[in-house]
Amino acid sequence: MNSESSVYKLMEVCGTHTMAIARAGIRQLLPQNVRLISGPGCPVCVTDQSELDAVLDLSMEKDVIIAGYGDMLRVPGSTRGDSLARRKSLGARVEIVFSPVDAIGIAQREPDKQVVFLGIGFETTAPGTAMAIKLAKERGVENFSVLCLLKRVEPVLRVLAKDPDFDIDGFLCPGHVAVITGADSFGFIPKELGLPAVVSGFEPEDIIRSCSMLLSQIREGRAELENQYKRAVTGEGNLLAVKTMEEVLEPSDCRFRGMGTVPLGGFSIKPEYRKFDAKARFGLEYKDVPEPAGCRCGLVIQGKIEPAGCPLFGRVCTPADPVGPCMVSSEGSCAAAYKYSWEE
Amino acid sequence: MEDIITLDYGSGGKKTSSLIEETILPFLGNPALDELGDGAVVEGAEKLVFSTDSFVVSPYFFPGGDIGKLSVCGTVNDVAMQGGIPKYLSLGLIIEEGLPAEHLKRIIGSVSRTAEEAGVRVVTGDTKVVEKGKGDGIFINTSGIGILACPGLSPKNIRPGDKVIVSGTIGDHGTAVMLARNPDLVKGDLKSDCRPLNMLAQALYGLGEDLRVLRDPTRGGVATTLCEFVQGSGNCVILDESALPVSPKVMSACDILGLDPLYCANEGKLLAVVAPERAADALALLKDIPGGEDAAVIGDITDAHPGKVLVKTRFGALRILAKLAGAQLPRIC
Repeated sequence: MNSESSVYKLMEVCGTHTMAIARAGIRQLLPQNVRLISGPGCPVCVTDQSELDAVLDLSMEKDVIIAGYGDMLRVPGSTRGDSLARRKSLGARVEIVFSPVDAIGIAQREPDKQVVFLGIGFETTAPGTAMAIKLAKERGVENFSVLCLLKRVEPVLRVLAKDPDFDIDGFLCPGHVAVITGADSFGFIPKELGLPAVVSGFEPEDIIRSCSMLLSQIREGRAELENQYKRAVTGEGNLLAVKTMEEVLEPSDCRFRGMGTVPLGGFSIKPEYRKFDAKARFGLEYKDVPEPAGCRCGLVIQGKIEPAGCPLFGRVCTPADPVGPCMVSSEGSCAAAYKYSWEE
Repeated sequence: MEDIITLDYGSGGKKTSSLIEETILPFLGNPALDELGDGAVVEGAEKLVFSTDSFVVSPYFFPGGDIGKLSVCGTVNDVAMQGGIPKYLSLGLIIEEGLPAEHLKRIIGSVSRTAEEAGVRVVTGDTKVVEKGKGDGIFINTSGIGILACPGLSPKNIRPGDKVIVSGTIGDHGTAVMLARNPDLVKGDLKSDCRPLNMLAQALYGLGEDLRVLRDPTRGGVATTLCEFVQGSGNCVILDESALPVSPKVMSACDILGLDPLYCANEGKLLAVVAPERAADALALLKDIPGGEDAAVIGDITDAHPGKVLVKTRFGALRILAKLAGAQLPRIC
C-alpha cells in the first residue's frame, strides 16, 4: 500500500454481498481507510426505467398474468407510487414465483391466460430462465413467454472501469455468478483492467476474508484472480448450466439504469426460441423516460455516490414510499443502507 | 396517485401503523383504543380486557396448526398480553361458497380443542357465506374478553437497564406458512409455533411492577414489536444477535427465501420486558411451562440511542432494526 493514510476502495457487484455486508455491519469493522462500495450488482436496480414501465403497462393487458420474483413487486414505475403491487391492487394478475418453472406451471393450469415470466438477474438466474424456455418448448406450453431483462456481469464491469471517474482498487467478485460462469471468467479483471479480484462467498466470514485477500494483493502490488469461495466455485463453472444458457440466449446490447446502453451487456432470446419472447409476442417497445426527479439510483448503481449521498435518501425516498429501485429491491444498496445502518 | 389499500397495509409494519393512525383513530379514537395495546382495558363489574382479531391465513391448513387454532390463539394471546385472564370468545365465520364441509369441521374441531387448552369458552358467534371468488376459503374473526389480573402493562413502563426476554424460538410461524405456500421449494418439516400463551403470561403476572410490558410478536415479527416498544421514547433496545433463539431449520429456510427471522410472524411466542433483577426469575418461570423451554434474554434497554432498536451482530458491529416497511417478499437469488 502506498501509505497508511491512503483510502482503499473495494467494490462488490452482487446484491447478496451488499445485503450481507450491511447486515453483519462489516463496514464498521474495517479500518477507516478501507471503503466498501456497491457496484451494479442488484439486478432489479440496474433494470432500465423504460423496461419497468413496459412491464407495468403489460400487467394491465387483458388475460395477462405477470409472474416474477418477489423483488419486482414494489419497484416503482416512473410515476410516483406506481408499481406492480399497486397494479395488483387495481386488478392486474401478478404472481410471485420462486422459479421460472413455477410460471410454466401457472401457464399450464390457466391455458386461457398469457403468462409472462420476468427474466431478471445476471448469469445466476439466466440458466434457470433458459431452462424454463426449453421446457416450455418441449411441453408445448404456448401461453408462456419470458420478458428477457437478463444482464451479464463482465461487460458492465468493463464499462465501469473505462469511466474517467473510476477509482476502485479491487473487486469482490460475485460468488453466485461464478458458480455458473466459473472463477476464471473474472480473469479479465487482473489481466485487462490491472486490478485485484477475489471471488467471494456470502457468509460474513467469507467477505471479511476476501477483503483481506484483496488488501494483501494491494499491499504487495499484485493484481491477480483469487478464489475465496472454493467450496462452491470451480475454475470452469457449471458447464451444463452454461450450455443451456448458450443454447437459448445470446449476448446483446442492453440498457442499464443511469448508464445507457452497455455493449453486449445483456441476454436476449435466440431466434429459434422467439416464440417464447414476450417482447416479440406483445410487440413491446421501451420508451425513453427520464429518471424520477432527483433520483440518483443511476449513480448509486455505479458506486459513484453512496446511498446517503442522494438528496432523497431517507427523507423523500424510503422503503415504504420509494422513488428509485435501489430503495426497494431486497438487494438494493439504498435498501441495505436504510434498513441496516444507523449512523445516517 | 389515488390512494388505494395494497397488501402492504396488512403487513403489520409501518403501513399498517399509518392506516390505523390516519384512517381509523381519527374517527374512532377514545382512551381505551388510543393505547393501541393488544387489547383494551374497559370498565365492568371487574376490570376487563377486550380484544379482537381477524384471520385470513392462506393456506388455512398449515404444518403445526390451522386457521381455527390460530383464531383462538390470536385473541387469547392478545388478551393475555394485556394482563387479562381470557374467559370468553366470539367466533365470526366468513365462508366462501365451495368450502368442503369436511374442512369446516376440521377447523371448528381445532377451535374447540384450542379453546379447551386455553381455558376459554366460545359464547357467541356468527356465520356468513360469500360468493365463490369473494373469499379465500374461510376468514375468521374472534373477539375475546378476559378478567384483568395484571394491570398497567405498557411500553411506558420500560426503563434503561431492563431486560428483553423472548419465550422461545423466533420466526417459526411465518416461515412455516411461507413454505406451506410453496411446498416444492424447500423440503422441510417446519411447524408453526401457534399456541395459547395465557399460561406463560400468567406465570409472569406474579412479577408485579417488575413486569413492564408483554406483547406477542405476530405480523412484523420481533423487530417490529420492539420498535413499537421504544418509538417516541427515550429508550433504546440493544439486541444480542447471538442470543436470539432461532431454530436451524428456520434459519436455513430464511436464508433460501431471503427472509429475516426477526421480521417473520410468530403465533406462540411472547416478548417481555422485565426489571433486570427479576430477569433470572422470569426466565425460570417461563422455562417451567410448556412452550417456554427455550426462553432467553435477548437484549437490554438502554438510553444510548433513543427510540431505536439496534442489533449487536456476532461480529460486534451494530445495525439498526426498523419497522417492517411492507410484507416480506422472497427475493431473486
